[in-house]
Amino acid sequence: MSIYTEPIRQTPAPTARPTVRVKPVMPEHHYLNSPKGIMSWIYTVDHKRIGLMYFFAIMMFFTIGGIFALLLRTELLHPERDFMTARTYNQFFTLHGAIMVFLFIIPSIPAALGNFVLPLMIGAKDVAFPKLNLASWYVYVVGSLFAVFSIVTGGVETGWTFYTPYSTTTNGSVISMTLGVFILGFSSIFTGINFIVTVHKLRAPGMTFFKMPLMVWALYATAIIQVLATPVLGITMVLLILERALGIGIFDPAMGGDPVLYQHFFWFYSHPAVYIMILPGMGIISELISAMSHKKIFGYTPIAYSSLGIALISFLVWGHHMFTSGQSELSATIFSFLTFLVGIPSGIKVFNWMATLYKGSISFAAPMLYTLTFMFTFTIGGLTGIFLGALSVDIHLHDTYFVVAHFHYVMMGGTVMAFLGGIHYWWPKIWGRMYDEFWAKIACAFVFVGFNMTFFTQFILGSKGMPRRYYSYLDQYQPLHGFSSIGSYILGLGFVVMAVYLIHSIRNGKIAGKNPWGALTLEWTISSPPPTHNFDETPKLIYGAYDYDRVMTDGENITFKDVTTVSNGDDHNGNGHNGNGSKRAKIEN
Amino acid sequence: MNSPDTAETVSVKTGDNDSHDHSAEGHGNGHGHGPAHLQHHFTDSEQQADSAKLGMWVFLVTEILLFGGLFCFYAIYRAWNPEMFYNAHKVLNVQLGAFNTVVLITSSLTMALAIRSVQMNKNTQALINMGITIALAGVFLVVKYFEYEHKFHEGQLPGRWYSYEGLQGTNPHIFFSIYFAATGLHAIHIILGMSFIAWVMVRTAKQEFSSIYYTPVEMAGLYWHLVDLIWIYLFPLLYLIG
Repeated sequence: MSIYTEPIRQTPAPTARPTVRVKPVMPEHHYLNSPKGIMSWIYTVDHKRIGLMYFFAIMMFFTIGGIFALLLRTELLHPERDFMTARTYNQFFTLHGAIMVFLFIIPSIPAALGNFVLPLMIGAKDVAFPKLNLASWYVYVVGSLFAVFSIVTGGVETGWTFYTPYSTTTNGSVISMTLGVFILGFSSIFTGINFIVTVHKLRAPGMTFFKMPLMVWALYATAIIQVLATPVLGITMVLLILERALGIGIFDPAMGGDPVLYQHFFWFYSHPAVYIMILPGMGIISELISAMSHKKIFGYTPIAYSSLGIALISFLVWGHHMFTSGQSELSATIFSFLTFLVGIPSGIKVFNWMATLYKGSISFAAPMLYTLTFMFTFTIGGLTGIFLGALSVDIHLHDTYFVVAHFHYVMMGGTVMAFLGGIHYWWPKIWGRMYDEFWAKIACAFVFVGFNMTFFTQFILGSKGMPRRYYSYLDQYQPLHGFSSIGSYILGLGFVVMAVYLIHSIRNGKIAGKNPWGALTLEWTISSPPPTHNFDETPKLIYGAYDYDRVMTDGENITFKDVTTVSNGDDHNGNGHNGNGSKRAKIEN
Repeated sequence: MNSPDTAETVSVKTGDNDSHDHSAEGHGNGHGHGPAHLQHHFTDSEQQADSAKLGMWVFLVTEILLFGGLFCFYAIYRAWNPEMFYNAHKVLNVQLGAFNTVVLITSSLTMALAIRSVQMNKNTQALINMGITIALAGVFLVVKYFEYEHKFHEGQLPGRWYSYEGLQGTNPHIFFSIYFAATGLHAIHIILGMSFIAWVMVRTAKQEFSSIYYTPVEMAGLYWHLVDLIWIYLFPLLYLIG
């Protein structure tokens, strides 16, 4: 066969979809409808249902946190007081931060989307400990109730970081909020343990570590951070509660304690937590960029290792939050240097994604639009992180809007954009129905424009010296603040549009079929929505997760570009291909 | 660019020549064909037991990090107030601490023996061993109670509750903050461990375990050894180091 003598190169996938395309139908039984009844959801141990329950819970908190954000931006329209007191403003930004960090963004990708796709991607029937998985959801609910309780009983105005000594002396309800954070930590740890064991022990036969989809690598690295960092936050929160309730003096300078020690312990968790947020987002982007450009991922191994690299470095850079808090010059210098190291694995990822796009056959559906948004905004977020990591520049920029803009570019421009891309990409798998592509593009445009209007402005505000966490400001900042607030309304509008068409599509969307994107990871080989036990029989790997140079599929038909057309599940052809595959591999070597 | 690993994914594997221990033989095993303890999403008992063990070890890592935070506080404040820590450790009762250490180590031994008994299908013996473990844990807590009570009486208490006057050095209340936080958290773990063992005892009494399946007993044992181990670090750090 002549194809084997040709030089091996990446060929763009033909635009035509493979052979006969039958009209997709909804499967009769799937995880959403069997078993039926509310009790079957309350006691479910199915990772897909738990993922979905997480999804609804976090979206509720995302809405609440978003409303707080819009209220803050409205107050900031004018320099003078509009409708809140300084104390209300402090409570609102604290609640915005605490809700978005602990209740939305940390569980967003791992516990909601990750729970849904991880077992499917490695060909497992469930996560390793399904009951623990359900427990983690209930623990999350209990933790969030504590947070809600603290909102209704006086709120918290310390900022989401709960810095001592203010947090131990203020009269807000700090204890219930920090207890909520402590409990939420358990939820995060349970998910982490589950993912680590699932990845190690439940991979389908033939799914070696280096054949796993990159999303799984990212979730694995995330799980490691969750397990290693969260307990330290736990003990810090316990001591903070003891300090506040009993006055044990550990963080109280009047009693020989050290408030800076609190900051060290807090950031020892909370900096790695930033990577709990961004790493799974990077995993999603790795999936999307390959699937939506129908091209083999460029640099699989470096992307996989860079996830672990980020996980490792994340534990060594917490001091860069404290350049102005009175740590020694030596440790500040070391932390500054270590901070720059984060740029290396992040850069590896971004450049590999860009190289994947090169000569791909790119589809500009919503998942891809969010992927491109991610690459744009995350790169800005990452580069401004280098500014802040530089000691001398940070002295100027510390606690200004520049910092606010930076972490929103990473958290929202990074994680949330990846999350939105992931939601659109797996939406047909979750519900069996497509969202409306036209409205998705409109919403994405709103989100992109609104986001950049809101937060790019804040880079300028910050570099001009506007401090963060102030409810009023000098007149000279008004034009920029006004522009930023209008941007936030556009952003909010984008989310409203998105909510409408996504909810509408759950019942009325076009039936998606097994594999609407022509993607090659295992979750697309089963029906949408998936059956209750995922795989009727143990899945066989007959192609790699990113073999777009070789394979085309719509779920039903598989076309091997180098061999003849075979249909899924036919043993003879599978074996026949087996031979060809190894022959090809031999030639490549 | 094809790295060796991605090139490998090109070649087709169906699991026959794969080195995984849980390969494809288990089609439909969890649909009622496997043993009663086997959950539906595992291929075989071995995979299930391996998963449980790995999960437990990862959980123990989180426990160590939880206490690691406290050890870190101990190290930092000790470095700042070496003299005070030296003086403060003298008011702790080394005899009672040493007695409790022996009690806990013995309880770890009986727990290990209990696992061995289950492995040999001697469930009554296992119940006795676990009963002794719980009893010893109770002894530990009673001794701890008397130690605590003495300190409450003397006013050797954390933070602003501190009223003892027999100690030289700066901020002696910090020592007792750390002492009570560490030993208190450890006592909570003792209680959790006792509950865990009690739950396993109930299941043993119902004859759910045998030489074929005894993973929960093993997990309870692992947890108990960790609780013991943490005390083995707490004891010298708080009571002995001068």
